[in-house]
Amino acid sequence: MTAVTGRDLATLAQKIGAEVVAAAADRVDRDARFPAEAFAALRAERFLAAMVPEEFGGGGHSLSEIATVCQTLGRYCASTGMIYAMHQIQVACLIRHSRTSPFFQRFLHRLAEQELLLGSATTELGIGGDVRTSLCAVERQGDRFRLTKQAPVISYGLESDAILVTARRASDAASSDQVIVLLNKDDYRLTQTSGWDALGMRGTCSLGFTLEAEASVDQIVPQPYGEISSHTMLPTSHLLWASLWLGIASDAVARGRAFVRAEARRKPGTVPPSATRLADVVADLHAMRATVHNGLAEYERVMHDGDELSSLGFALRMNNIKVLASRAVADIVTAALGVTGIAGYKADSKFSLGRHLRDAHGASLMIANDRILAANAAMLLVQKDD
Amino acid sequence: MNDAGQLADGIRTVLREHARLAIDPDGLDDQADLYQAGLTSHASVNLMLALEDRFEIEFPERMLRRGAFSSIAAIRSAIEELTGVDA
Repeated sequence: MTAVTGRDLATLAQKIGAEVVAAAADRVDRDARFPAEAFAALRAERFLAAMVPEEFGGGGHSLSEIATVCQTLGRYCASTGMIYAMHQIQVACLIRHSRTSPFFQRFLHRLAEQELLLGSATTELGIGGDVRTSLCAVERQGDRFRLTKQAPVISYGLESDAILVTARRASDAASSDQVIVLLNKDDYRLTQTSGWDALGMRGTCSLGFTLEAEASVDQIVPQPYGEISSHTMLPTSHLLWASLWLGIASDAVARGRAFVRAEARRKPGTVPPSATRLADVVADLHAMRATVHNGLAEYERVMHDGDELSSLGFALRMNNIKVLASRAVADIVTAALGVTGIAGYKADSKFSLGRHLRDAHGASLMIANDRILAANAAMLLVQKDD
Repeated sequence: MNDAGQLADGIRTVLREHARLAIDPDGLDDQADLYQAGLTSHASVNLMLALEDRFEIEFPERMLRRGAFSSIAAIRSAIEELTGVDA
């Protein structure tokens, strides 16, 4: 097999986005259903294993290259971009924290071979939204364990081939003493407890479930979840989510640009009034892009420096990327609507921004900005400078 | 009791009052992992503030790491470094 360069990957993502993802986006949104066509196309081109190292049969692509894919998919269908991002966040945790274990080495090979889709169950009823604590526990019995989790959300849980689940290390462990376990579809049973008829991001199918599982203790990721969270899960989540939001914002601005161009052509020689609004929103888009790219560059620079990754300063900066990008996407789409005027407000126009606007408003609510800012406020009490 | 022992006792007192651990700090070995004992990231900030207050120190930026507060022994060596106490 020939290696696919980052540029090839981006070109291929663009092609799949324009030809397959875009065509299904409105139906996925209307019916709040899984973007099956998009994932069939992504699987066929081996996008699910794109970040798995080549030694396990994956594409060996960097986080920045994957972020570009998230951005491209996000342009055409935010739900597709989000599911792809969430899958890659789980992949990042496995490739960085489980590779010493023979079970996980075999799993990574299988993921690459079969293009498995990974889901995640980190939130739990009764923990007050703090994913760094768990109520449910791994209950060991010999070399097997049982686990039951009341999960208010497992996005695309029914479509996942395997799910990573957080839980307390043992029945007598403290709520913050967590591990993450990998459960294959055969290991668990999902009983749906809530639906997903939401304002936006409707294709993520973020249903609630009771998850009941039994599996081998080999399936417990060896490193403590606290470390996986601060070193990989949180920075990767913030950066990949911000990338797909950048895709939503970019497409909204592209629709605004197309609208202004059409206006300008109608009256050659004059600059349409909407062009000034466009200039304003393009500046905001460039600032958002700089924020996201700067964050990706910083993380890739310190990715292997465990000391830096566990510092308060790093956590603050990554949290700020999430807060800034989530605000920016809602502001930019709203401003783009000001550019297109009623043409973007209409659902049946090629300048329509309704879906972008609804999807964008999920950004500040998913891992709520209020919660992130409260965590930052606490860290700033002891942090001395940047 | 030597200085190191007194320091560890002082740290245990702060842990008892501010770290909200799942177990009493008296039952903790100096090397025991505080995160496994129930220290959350939120409580770790309160712990840092309380240690700064009790020992009249300021942890510099380079010490604001998960590892620096992961055990009684780690906290003791950070405080010793800042106060110039030779253990």
